[in-house]
Amino acid sequence: MEKTWNNKAWFMVLPVLLLVAFSAAIPLMTVVNYSVQDTFGNNVFFWNGSDWYTEILGSDRFWLSMVRNLIFSAIILVIEIPLGIFIALNMPKKGWGVPVCLVLMALPLLIPWNVVGTIWQVFGRIDIGLLGYTLSALGIDYNYVNDPTDAWVTVILMDVWHWTSLVVLLCYAGLVSIPDAYYQAAKIDGASRWAIFRYIQLPKMNRVLLIAVLLRFMDSFMIYTEPFVVTGGGPGNSTTFMSIDLVKIAVGQFDLGPAAAMSIIYFLIVLLLSWVFYTVMTTVDAER
Amino acid sequence: MARIDVNHIRHSYLPNPQKDADFALKEVHHTFEDGGAYALLGPSGCGKTTLLNIISGLLHPSHGQLLFNGKDVTRLSTQERNIAQVFQFPVIYDTMTVYDNLAFPLRNRGVPEADVDRKVRETLDMIDLAELAKKKARGLTADQKQKISLGRGLVRSDVNAILFDEPLTVIDPHMKWVLRSQLKQLHRRFGYTMVYVTHDQTEALTFADRVVVMYDGEIVQIGTPAELFERPRHTFVGYFIGSPGMNVMPVAIDGKTATIGSQRIELPGVPKAGAGAIELGIRPEYVRLGRDGMAVKISKVEDVGRHKVVRANLEGREIAAVIGEDETVPAEPKVRFDPVGINIYADSWRVEMGA
Repeated sequence: MEKTWNNKAWFMVLPVLLLVAFSAAIPLMTVVNYSVQDTFGNNVFFWNGSDWYTEILGSDRFWLSMVRNLIFSAIILVIEIPLGIFIALNMPKKGWGVPVCLVLMALPLLIPWNVVGTIWQVFGRIDIGLLGYTLSALGIDYNYVNDPTDAWVTVILMDVWHWTSLVVLLCYAGLVSIPDAYYQAAKIDGASRWAIFRYIQLPKMNRVLLIAVLLRFMDSFMIYTEPFVVTGGGPGNSTTFMSIDLVKIAVGQFDLGPAAAMSIIYFLIVLLLSWVFYTVMTTVDAER
Repeated sequence: MARIDVNHIRHSYLPNPQKDADFALKEVHHTFEDGGAYALLGPSGCGKTTLLNIISGLLHPSHGQLLFNGKDVTRLSTQERNIAQVFQFPVIYDTMTVYDNLAFPLRNRGVPEADVDRKVRETLDMIDLAELAKKKARGLTADQKQKISLGRGLVRSDVNAILFDEPLTVIDPHMKWVLRSQLKQLHRRFGYTMVYVTHDQTEALTFADRVVVMYDGEIVQIGTPAELFERPRHTFVGYFIGSPGMNVMPVAIDGKTATIGSQRIELPGVPKAGAGAIELGIRPEYVRLGRDGMAVKISKVEDVGRHKVVRANLEGREIAAVIGEDETVPAEPKVRFDPVGINIYADSWRVEMGA
């Protein structure tokens, strides 16, 4: 087919281009600007080349926080995705139970992130918190303020509590879109519960699971508010994730150059990993 | 293969059915003989799919009993009944190959892999998908997918019955015909008990030895295609089967004579009709158009290819007549009713005629 060329079309996309420019591209450029210069007061800048990048990439502090972040993301994906699928499979498909379950599932998602942090911070306290106090009363040595393992357990539990619902809701949406005829045919074909899951439900959830994994990965990799409120990155640096570290450098130490360089590296890592996830999952999808 | 007895089965989708109208299936009592090919024919919502799902065990009836070879299976699950069913829209397992789709029902039942292979290859040849065996099922066209569904229904040879729920809806006309004759052939070869639900009369009449016509949750007539055509037991069967359907007009009866307005029609016998609304039914094929008989006004002539359908007005009622492709409508048209084709109905049900 002959394509129609009309340069007026560019005017149509101009508003979007402007919006994206002001909301994303230009702010990002200022960060790039900071990352290649040394800044002093009174807007005095000195060209610094790639020094900040070399410094960040050469520092143990950066790599440690990144490894912590990767481990954290891996753990919560391993817990939240199967748990979310499991809950979605067991949710009622019709009747009064549907709205009840949906509202219950949506509740954690509606709570502001810093409030989630505060809830768990109080919840885990051994003097007044329900969780912390009960565990101590049972003779379990639990103290997220002093013990790195306990701090990790608390942060992971909090994230699972907060975000599994998202996976549940996405999977549920995938499940309810399966026509009844599929389940009827499976009965006729004598399929086991596992076969129904493996050959009907899982393939139909494929797309939403891809979205769930991507969203949960990006969110958990950029997690800041909740652990910051609960542990402040401690004890020591044990729960200092990349974003917490970044804020420490930028706002705490006011090292704008290194902070900007780290932001750019951080951004590229998220972009790269998301691309890897997407490519792997869509290729697997196409092969199946 | 099994004989299926449907023993006074009623079904309602409501939890507490009170009135007759609450029942999707009012009362069905019928025997599907072992090895018979049956069609369940009726308009949408007449309860034919409900009846089919009750036979396969996807639904459990509110009242009544279902027997396979005399054994009560009413409370048994679909799996225990060992039934194959093909649905209206294709159900395929996307992630499997065509081959694995067909092997699925066999493997689920622990059939040895050698037998699976033999049966699957046989079925693939039958549905003409052998060259696609190794392909993923998801990329196929709608009618290829439906053939897979059909194949999954046919792959098990030990089933008690094979049920079809309007299986050819998504298939294009030419392929429909091919598949239908293949099913028919299969039936002759293996003697499966087959029940075929459809709202398409051609499909029902060509597939089945006996057609079960359903209307409003009840069976109105069971018979061979010829019986349904010649002697519809209920005016609904008259309307529903045949194209165009039967002409039905209210008449007054006096002995061997029926009166419509000022016209008198000789009947082949004396109808044993009691009280109730009396109607005369005659198929367009038995309405003779010519120069003698009752005067009519022609409103339309439709040429449908093999013959012409004449729409006319007789004493203020619309009637249809079928004439040959090369016949013409006379200048002063009159109609006669061939006595062979006349049926008399009292309250919509056919009454016998005595001498």
